[in-house]
Order: sequence, then C-alpha cells, then structure tokens
Amino acid sequence: MSCAQTLVDYSLRALGHGERLLPKSDITLCEQVVLIGSGMIWNVYFATIAVVVGFCLATLVALAKASPSAGLRLPAQGFIYLFRGTPLFLQFFFAYELFVLLPRNGIEIELGFATLTAETRWLTRAWAGALIVIILNTTAYSAEIFYGALRAVPRGDIEAAAAIGMTGAKRFRRIVWPTMLRLAWPSYTNEAIFLFHATTLVFFSSFPAWQQRGDALYYANYFAENTFNPFVSYPIVAGYFILATLGLIAMFGLANRRLNRHLAPEARARIKLRPQFVR
Amino acid sequence: MFDFCADPSALEGFDWFACYLTTAKHFSFYLSFLTVIGLILMAVPLIMLFGFGGAFAKRSAFLPLRWVGQVYTAMVRGIPDIVFFLFVPIAMDQALEWVRHKTLCSHVTEPIRQGNDFVVCDTAKLPLSAADQWVHDVYGFILALLAYAIVFGAFAANVLDGALRAVPKGQLEAGQAVGMSRGQILWRVHLPQMWIYALPGLSNLWMILIKATPLLFLLGVEDIVYWARELGGLKTGAFAYPHPDWRIWYFGALLIFYLFLTWISQRGFDRLIAHMSRGQARAGT
Repeated sequence: MSCAQTLVDYSLRALGHGERLLPKSDITLCEQVVLIGSGMIWNVYFATIAVVVGFCLATLVALAKASPSAGLRLPAQGFIYLFRGTPLFLQFFFAYELFVLLPRNGIEIELGFATLTAETRWLTRAWAGALIVIILNTTAYSAEIFYGALRAVPRGDIEAAAAIGMTGAKRFRRIVWPTMLRLAWPSYTNEAIFLFHATTLVFFSSFPAWQQRGDALYYANYFAENTFNPFVSYPIVAGYFILATLGLIAMFGLANRRLNRHLAPEARARIKLRPQFVR
Repeated sequence: MFDFCADPSALEGFDWFACYLTTAKHFSFYLSFLTVIGLILMAVPLIMLFGFGGAFAKRSAFLPLRWVGQVYTAMVRGIPDIVFFLFVPIAMDQALEWVRHKTLCSHVTEPIRQGNDFVVCDTAKLPLSAADQWVHDVYGFILALLAYAIVFGAFAANVLDGALRAVPKGQLEAGQAVGMSRGQILWRVHLPQMWIYALPGLSNLWMILIKATPLLFLLGVEDIVYWARELGGLKTGAFAYPHPDWRIWYFGALLIFYLFLTWISQRGFDRLIAHMSRGQARAGT
C-alpha cells in the first residue's frame, strides 16, 4: 500500500473517517506517522478548547479569590485547592465514575408546563466528559497564576486610575486586567504547555477510546504493543509534541510581545520555560 | 479478621462494614498506599542523582557533555511525561535483554527482531521465566522507578542549574580570593548557598512527583488505583461481600489521600523555607 493511500485511509481515522480497521501486521513507518498524527487532532482539540474556556473561567475565579466577600472567596479557594491538590489522572477516574452513575436515559427536569430531558450519556464520552475535567483543572491552575498576578498589580496604577475618575468595570478592563495578564503571561505560557501535554492522559484514564478513536499517545501505544518495538512509535509522538509545543510557544510569545509593547525592551518579561505546572 | 466475620451473609450494618473493610484484599489495598510512599521516598535520591548529573553536565566545560545536559533538560519541556512513563520501562527492558542476549547467547544467530516479535534466548530473559512472581513485581517496580528518576531528574536538573547560577558571583570570587581550590569552592561555598535558591523549585517538584504517583497504574504496578478499581467494581452475589458499583467512593478516598499528602507537604516546605531563610539577607522567598 502506498503512503498516499495510507494518508487517505488514516489521516482522519481519529475522528472515525476512512479505514475502520487499524493496521495489524506489516506495519509501515508511514502508517505509524499518519495515524499518530491523526491522533494529534484530539490533543489539539482538548488543549484548544480547555485553554480558551479555562482562560475566561480562570479570570472569574481569580477575581472571586481576590474578592473581599467571603461568599465568593471561600468557594474559589476551595475549588483551586481541590483541583491543584489532587492528580489530574485521578480526577479523570473520579469524574468518569460520577458521570456513569448519572441515569442512563437522562435527567428529567420538571418545568411545570413541560418536561425537559437532559441527555447525560455524552458525559461518559471522552470528547465531553474528559474535556470538562481538563477545563476545570486548567481553570484552577490558571486562576492561581492570575490571582498571584492580580495581587502584584502596582497599587500606583490603580490609584492613578482612580485619580482620573476611572472606577469599576472600566478600571478593571483598562488598567487591572491588562497588567494582570502581562505579569501572569510567562507562567501562563507554562501552564498552557503542560496542559497540552496532560491531554495525553485522557485515553489512559477510564475514558474509553470509542471505536479506537484515540489521541496520539493512544495510537503510539497501540503500535508499540503490536510491533513490540517502542523505539519507533514513541519517538514519533515525541516529535509531534515537540513541534506542537514550539508552535504554542511561538503563539504565546507573540501575545507576550503585544502585552509588553508599551515597555522598554529590557523591562519586558521574558517567557522562561519552567516545569512549574505539571499535574 | 474478627471472629464474627465467619459468615458474611448474616452480617448487617456496622459489622458488615467492619468485616468488609478488613478482608485480605483490602489489606492489599492499604499496603499499596505504602507502595506509593515507598516509590516517592526511593525516587527522591535517584531524582537528585539524575538532577545533579544533568545540572553539572549542562555546566560542563566539555562541549559534548554540555550538549547531553542541554538535550536532557530540554526534552521534558517538549515531550509529555506520560510518553516517558510508557517508553522507558519497555525500552529499558528490551535494552537489558538485548545486551544479555548478545553476551550470554552469542551462539544464537537468529535475529532478535523477527517481524513483530522480540525474541531472546531463555537465559537472557529478565527476569527468568522460572522466577517467582515477586521477582517479576520487583523488576517491574524498579523499571517504573527508573522512569520516574529520568523524567523528574530532568526537571530537577533545570531547578538545580538555575539555583547554581543564582548564587552571587562575588561569593565564589571570595572563595578564590582566600585561596580555596575549585573543589573547596564547590563544597563549601557554592553548594551550601545553592539550596535556598533551589528550594522553591524542588518543593514544587516534590508536589509534582506526588501527583504523578497514580501513573504507576499505567506501568502495571498493583498500586492504589489498581486496587480501587478492583475493589470498587460491582460485586454480584457470587462474592462474599456483594455490593453495587462503589468505585466513586474508592476514588473519592484516593482524592482525599492526595489532598492530605499535598497539604502536609506544603506545610512542611513552608516551615523549611522559613528555617533556611534565617540569616539570609533576602526577602525570604
């Protein structure tokens, strides 16, 4: 089978398109590269949505944690503590068991005039259930970063804003939030990288890979087990992740430049990669 | 365990739970918590060894060694740690068996890789097929330990390298000025002063290590995740203690165990950092 044919058969296999059966015998290098690349779709899917949604939620949670009202502060603290204090791997297991316990035919919500049936079955699927866990997890880690940055916003900036009559939402949007992001950005880049790496856990926890539609590591593991040779498929998945990580760093670097554009070059915060936020 | 546990089907309420939670399998579950703590404690010296090795390789004056150090510390930033956890044990196993095959069975001419199989002679197998089950378990655990040491050693090398660089130059120059040798400067000035800079990073690493321990499950070790799944699953009437699917409770208990572990570690490190910051002209970070 030619490599072009393999590309047609397997490049979208992770989504369920193309050839149904995975290669069994005489596995070629081309098949490994294409199928593992196909699995990367899932890693990118989980990471992208989790970063976007988690970013918004984390801003809210960080604000809640910094709030003077205990009714907001304590739940935010508890949420952050719970998700940062336990392993993501176990969070997947716990969430899966929780979702499985939900009634199979959905939850019926009585609205008085009509009955609404909330479907729950999709929660046990990785695309939704695992995504929720990843989003909550990254929210907790990012919120802690944002909270730290929020407290580091120079008091003078806020007082200057107050002096020219800027208050409330406007002051937050124009003064506090941009500075918070600028201060948090190097750490947040790390968080995004390790979140991206953590997406490989999904199909190794209890979420099943339905119809063998898995992520890059799922296929790499499949090949390693079938060929009994780890020295090909794992380096391939490693290569994909190095490339994707470099792309991610480049993107976050651009954002960092924009956040720091008003500063003198030597005063700008550099993104330093540190293994700060592995789960 | 208790006398009244002789007939589980006659038990109810508290007695049932007292007997259920003291079955032999549950004791395996409780012992597996010690496996986790044992892994952490055994991994730490290895991690520091790999960490110092990586950090000094990175700072070496010898260029190829410096490259090795740089690649080693950089790879964990680009590659997910789970890839290493899956790769290292099987790769180490095959590498060891390959070496043993080449030395012990040099008369065998057939290739080791035959299609999708990895064939070595019987005497080269690790552990030997005739070995007891516990030998297999220990061997698997050691391979897992090595995987942890390699991954976290790279993280530790990053931390230690940064800390070694953070020690003020003047301190080292002062050592030279009083006529210390290079080794003396390293042991008496550089390393003792490095710890305070390394501690925040190392405490963070400790937390990461704790939270990485459930991954033992992926390596085939019978750890707490294995037993939680095993014990929590639905037990029909064929079992002595039938119960519905209780896995959520077991996993909940594991989450609490980890919360406790991270909480106590955080307190310990806060005190340690406060202690080590004494007498340092720094803002106690």
